[in-house]
Parts: sequence; structure tokens; C-alpha cells
Amino acid sequence: MSDNLVPVDVLTAAQRVAIARHPGRPGVAEIVDALFTDFFEQRGDRAATDDRSIMGGIARFHGRPVTILGNRKGTEIEDRIAFNFGMASPEGYRKAQRIMLQAQKFGRPIFTFVDTSGAYPGLEAEAHGQGEAIARSIELMSSLTVPVISVICGEGGSGGALALAVGNRVIMLENAVYSVLSPEGFASILWKDASRADEACEVMKLTADDLLELGVIDGIIPEPAGGAHENPQALFQVLDTQLSRELEELSKMSPTALANDRYRKFRAVGTTAVKRGRV
Amino acid sequence: MAGILAERRNRLIALKKMREQGSAPTVEEKTCPSCGRALADSDLAANQFVCPYCGHHFGIPARDRIRMVVDDGQFRELDASLVSTDPLDFPGYPDKLSTLRAKTHTGDAVVTGIGKIGGIRVAIAALDTRFLMASMGAVVGERLTRLIERATKQHLPLIIFSASGGARMQEGIISLMQMAKTSAAIQRFSDRGGLYISVMTHPTTGGVTASFASLGDIMLAEPGALIGFAGPRVIEQTIGEKLPEGFQSAEFQVEHGFLDAVVPRARMRTTLIRLLSLHKKGGAEHVG
Repeated sequence: MSDNLVPVDVLTAAQRVAIARHPGRPGVAEIVDALFTDFFEQRGDRAATDDRSIMGGIARFHGRPVTILGNRKGTEIEDRIAFNFGMASPEGYRKAQRIMLQAQKFGRPIFTFVDTSGAYPGLEAEAHGQGEAIARSIELMSSLTVPVISVICGEGGSGGALALAVGNRVIMLENAVYSVLSPEGFASILWKDASRADEACEVMKLTADDLLELGVIDGIIPEPAGGAHENPQALFQVLDTQLSRELEELSKMSPTALANDRYRKFRAVGTTAVKRGRV
Repeated sequence: MAGILAERRNRLIALKKMREQGSAPTVEEKTCPSCGRALADSDLAANQFVCPYCGHHFGIPARDRIRMVVDDGQFRELDASLVSTDPLDFPGYPDKLSTLRAKTHTGDAVVTGIGKIGGIRVAIAALDTRFLMASMGAVVGERLTRLIERATKQHLPLIIFSASGGARMQEGIISLMQMAKTSAAIQRFSDRGGLYISVMTHPTTGGVTASFASLGDIMLAEPGALIGFAGPRVIEQTIGEKLPEGFQSAEFQVEHGFLDAVVPRARMRTTLIRLLSLHKKGGAEHVG
């Protein structure tokens, strides 16, 4: 860890949520610019449309062709609207599925960069099968025979995030958060009061440290003091090193071993959360 | 035809016996929420907890749902003693769990096991909305995954009656991960040629819709069941308007291509028998 990457472990969970949502936080587009070359964007679900909130394509990582997928939020307001604030529709997940299948066909490893408050809860999204689209993405990812590395970059909200996060390795940026629902949604469901979101942050166990302890993620990428937006270059350096290392390890595994490894990983999550007891 | 009628009569007698023994399905609503008519518990029970006037399908406890479709007495429950460890140390959660366990006599929101339907062995599960709206936490995920893995190993058809308010908030991220666990298990089951019939009952939403419940080879639902990812209230808040009548109903989902059929409770067992028989290895054997 270099000198300017001092982890600030005194932040509260609510403060980390604020950093994770910072508009200047580097997203998939910035990461692709910094870490990858020859990026070629692949658009469309081959059925009806192109959901721009999910970005996908082919690029090189240290010379090796790879597939990239990620939630895109955008920085300028026009982009943010065009990308629906990073909330994907079923068509976005179906685009991701066809791109993942193609990656498998050509033996390309897959990197996913997750940053979404959740799947879009809109009228059309429901009518077009948001639940089915997420379920199919999860199912497909669990079976892929190429290396899959998922990075939770900002917000990892709900099934909409998990749909791109069934990786052999799941790593989180230090100030990213990953949870069953947004803190606002959580407070609203459990306490019927969305304004108690800060309180929700504390009980939800959504920080990288919490999730490492719970066995949900495999590693944490340290961020520059104050958050990744303060010094993106410093983040990119550490991220690049870590992703290279993970890819190198996974590349030693056979296609079957990769699928089995992913199955075992997700099969194990939560097995310590159950016990034999009296009913 | 006579066979079907005799079978139906036997099932009604069996249900009546269950009721008299005190293990009977009990329904708190005495007034049909759909047509507003007053209904006697016994009449409802005799009609598989479907309103005889308007056809409204009442929610039913998981074990009763399974009994309604399996051959008489042909069900063995598995993993009944699995309970939650409260992985997040969530305030008030253990007490809530104890209360619900005492009330429902199930350790959590799903009942799983091996049964026979029309003489065919099946792996079968049903979620129970009395238990925290059948939300999926680690116990639901683990019991289902064990059942799916057993079905994979023993080459059994799989039937899951879903219902859920979504993820179990009190188990946070662990609940979310159950979506990956169950879906991955279904994928392996399916990859090895297993038949999975998913039956969505009222309501099936959130993380359950976005995982195993949507992954059936055959997709069925009960009439009027609400089926969706986001709940109606969240959608209304997002779009700032009221939802159209019937939005996210089982009938709506058939029209939009997400279900094969809406099957009334009275025809569920015979429908399952027909589907199981159509997938029987070796083919031509006539069942039921």
C-alpha cells in the first residue's frame, strides 16, 4: 500500500454510503479508460433495445482480450438521465447475458464493475420481467466456464447488483457498500420511515469490512483518504495490481473448475447462519 | 373421469379428517377479501380454501399446501430442524423468530421434503407467508438448496410453490446471497436434465421472483396472485402514479409471457400429475 492510501477506518457506515454515492466517484467508464486498452463497446440486447445503464464490451487487460460489464451512472446530468441513474431495466440484464455468453464462447475472462442503487422499479421494467431477467443473469453467471471477477465499486444495491456480481472473486473498494436494499428502502420496509436511513446503515452490515467478515466478499481495495474521487489515479494503480493478481490465479483453473469454484463459493455463503435447533 | 371424482372425494374426506384432528388448515379471515361475503371456516376448508362465491384463493400454510397436492400421506419433511442463527445480530430478531416458530410450528418460512404425486416421487417445497411474509433468509435458502441438490442427485422432478415478500431484511446481505445460492443450484439441476415446475402463489415478489421462482421449466401461478420484482407501492412511488387495475397479477404475467398457465387450486393436483407424467422417462405410461 503506498503512502497516500491510508485507510480511514473511522468513517461511519452512513459516511461510506455518502462517499459511495459521490458524483465524482470513478465508475466503470473511468476504470475502463484507465486500466484497459482497445475498448470496443457492445450495445443492445438483440431483441428490442439498448439499455445504456449497463455498459458492456471487449477490451484488453495487460494485452489479453477480456469482456467488461458494469453499471453506468454518468457524471453530467444528461448522461445521468440517459443512464437512468444507473438503474437497469430487464433489457440491460439481457444485454449483459448475451455479452457474457459471448465471452464464454471466445474464452474471454469477464470483469464486472457494480455500481447501482438497484434495478429500476418502473412500470415497463415490471411488465418486461425485471425479476426473470435478474434471475436468469444470476443463473447464467453461476454456470460460466471463464474466470469472472466482480468489483463492487460504489453502490451494490439488491438483486440488481447481484445480477452482475456472481464472480469467482468478489472484491470491494474500501468505501463501496453492498446490501440487500438501499438504506432508505430498508428503513422504509422495516420501520415504515425512510428518513431513518442513517440508522439503517449501521445495522445493515453493508461496509466492505462487515462483508469480508461475513464471508460475502474476498478482498478489499484500499482507497485514497477521503474516497476514490479525491485521487482516482491512486485507486487505479492498486486496482490494476489486484485485478492482475486475481486474473492470473483464476487463469490457472480449468473451465469446469471455474464453474465448480463459483458454485462452492456461493453455496457456502450463509451456511453458518443456520443451525439445528428446536422448532 | 370416475377415477378423478373418487380421488377428489377421498381428498376432501382426508382434509376433513385433518381438520378434525386439529392439524387442519385454519384461516383467520372469515370475510372474503375479494367479494366481502362471510365464509365459514369449514366451508372454506371443504373448498381448498377458495371462496366458493368469487374464486378468491386464500393463503394457506405450507404443509397444507403440500398435502393438497401429494398422494394421501405421501410426504416426508426434510431439514425441519434448521433454524436461523441471527447472523447480523439484528435487534429483536431472535424474539420474533421464537414467537413465529411457536405459532407456525415451522422453523422458518419454507417446508421442504420428498413426496409422491400420482405415484411419482418428487422433491417438493412450499413457502409460508405466515412466517415474516415468507421472506427468504439463510434457512429458506439452505433448505431449498439442500432439496434441489437432493433432487439433482436422485433425479427427482422438483416442484416449488413460491410466495414471498422478498428478502429477509433482518438477515441483510446473507438473504441477498440466497438468491445466488438457490439459482446456482437450480442451474445445476436443470443442466442435468431435471424437471422444475415453479408455482407462484400470492404474493411472489422481490428476491424470490428474481431467483429460483422465475427459473422453472414450467411456470404456473394461482389465480389472482400478485407476481413482480418491485412491490406495487415502490413502483407507484417511482413513477408517481397509481398502477392500472390487475397490474402484476398472474393473469397479467401470462399475457406478458412470463407464465405458461394460471391454474386454479382445484385443478393444481391433476395439472401437476399430467405434467409429471409427460416428463416421465420411457414415456407412454398412463398416470392417474
